[in-house]
This record gives sequence, structure tokens and C-alpha cells, in this order.
Amino acid sequence: MKLLTHNMLTSHVKGVIKGYPLLIKATEVKVSEVEFNPQFVSRMIPKLEWTALVQAADGLGQLNDLPNELVPDYEKNDEFLRKVHHVLLEVEVLEGCLQCPESGRVFPISRGVPNMLLNEDES
Amino acid sequence: MKLKELESCLQQVDAFEEPKIFLEQYPTSPHIAAHMVYTIHNTFDDIENKLVADLGCGCGVLSIGAAMLDAGLCVGFDIDEDALATFKMNTEEFELTNIDIIQCDVCNLEPAAFKKKFDTVIMNPPFGTKHNKGMDMQFLKTALNMTRTSVYSLHKTATREHIQKKASDWKVKMEVVAELRYDLPASYKFHKKKSVDIAVDLMRFSIS
Repeated sequence: MKLLTHNMLTSHVKGVIKGYPLLIKATEVKVSEVEFNPQFVSRMIPKLEWTALVQAADGLGQLNDLPNELVPDYEKNDEFLRKVHHVLLEVEVLEGCLQCPESGRVFPISRGVPNMLLNEDES
Repeated sequence: MKLKELESCLQQVDAFEEPKIFLEQYPTSPHIAAHMVYTIHNTFDDIENKLVADLGCGCGVLSIGAAMLDAGLCVGFDIDEDALATFKMNTEEFELTNIDIIQCDVCNLEPAAFKKKFDTVIMNPPFGTKHNKGMDMQFLKTALNMTRTSVYSLHKTATREHIQKKASDWKVKMEVVAELRYDLPASYKFHKKKSVDIAVDLMRFSIS
């Protein structure tokens, strides 16, 4: 699970109002090189929940000086876009789990795939 | 990348080891998958640099096609662990880094989940014939919730009118992009013929 995917993931356990952001508890993280695509990264930035991204990266020790606030004119800031690219696409949680901030429900991550399936009484 | 090249790559993608009938797991042939993603890319420019979702991705042939045509990221969604394990192996063999996978029940996603998060949704949904009546429409409804621009989906030509009507109820534009012959090899014991051809439409739904 990449952090771009995590940024979109919400818990929808019955009764939960704000199941976001999911807390990442990682036991294995992989960082691999992904081709840098500045256009894609610039286009994703306004659609991100920035605070959730910074929190997630920080929790995995992958913050690499990513600022707490989005910088202005980021489209032209190659260095900044590379940092965001790294966090969004190069960092991957392979093993661990995600926890719903409201219900505490845990969703396991195995071989990089989060299992978001709910039991019948939870949906 | 040329269409022929893409199709021959997709022939290397492993499909369901033991297809599950209750999930209507029919493989998307490499031929259909290649044509589908190639058309989406070439005619509509809805793959390259886009955030793409593949609903009911199974072993991931459409996602892999989209990733090869340089999707920014393609996220596959499926309920079935076994299919996703094969998908994972496929992405590792192809060394694709622009793919991610989520295990979830597409039919049970809340309307708020992933709302307008994706640029493009691609899918070959269960046709909803066996015990899953209406499942194709549930997939479509979910897909339309998740996209900002367009959904590409395969549906039986026989259901075209019904879908057209639903699309106008939902205030989305539907067009038939291609008419295909879906060659279903006999995957289950109850199939009497070796294979059957089903007329299928590749439909494009766009949100205005």
C-alpha cells in the first residue's frame, strides 16, 4: 500500500462518522524507486489531504523534511515535487495494519494489500 | 507502445487458477483487455498520467494494461484473496511500480468512499447473470461515485437499452465505444459447450 492510496482510504464500520485518516502500524516498509512524473504529482497535490499525508509519512519515518503546510507555486518547485513523489509513490507498507481512528477496528495489511472487508454486522 | 505489443504482453498475465462461480469470475481475455485500455488511452487520453481505479480487478489484466500505458497509479479493487494473490504475482513479474491493490467488497462500498478520488475507472464487472442479478449496475453506480471524469465498462449488448436508461436517470452520458465478441471459454463444469460468444459493449460513461 502506497501512501497515495492510504490518503484516499476511509473506514466505514457501521456507526463510524469520521473513519479518517487510518492510523498506520507498519511492521515492514519497502522503499523502491519509481519513475518521477512531475505532471502527475502536481496534479495530485491539490486533491490530497495534506495533513494526513504528512502524518502518515512521519509515522513511517519517511518525512524527509516535507513541510507541514503546502508550499505556494509548487508546480515549479522540482525539489518539493520530488519529495512529494517519494512519499506518495516510493514508500510502500508491506506488512502491518491500519486502524480506524473512531472505532479502533483493525484492518490487516499483508504482502502490501490492505484488507478492508467488513463482517456482516459491521456494514 | 503498439496495440499488438500490449496484447502479447498481456498474454503473459496469469488468470484465475480456480474460478469461483459465486463471484462470476470469468477472465478478461488479453485481446479484449488490450483493446479496451488501448482505446481508452488512444481515443480519450484517460490513462497516461491519470489516477485509475480497476473495480473487480481479479488477477489484474486491465490494471496491468493501464500501468503499461503509463497510468500515474492504477489501484485494483477486488473481494477475492486468491485472485489478488495472483494479481500481486503478476505485478511483481512485470516489475510494475505504478500499481496498488485494495481488498474490499465493491458492492458494499459506501457512497462516500473514494468519492471523486479517481480520474478514470475501468472495469469488467460481473455481468450479473447467475445469482448476482443487478450486480453490474451496483458496480457501475459505485464507479460513477469514485470518478471525476469517466468510467469505462463492459456490459452485455442485450442490456444496452436498460443501461442507457439508467445512465440518463443518473444524469451521466453513455456512449458505446466498441462492440466486442466476448469469447467465454468453458470455465465451469455446467458449461456444455467448449466456449460461447457473447456480444459485449465497451461503454464510456462521462460526468458532465
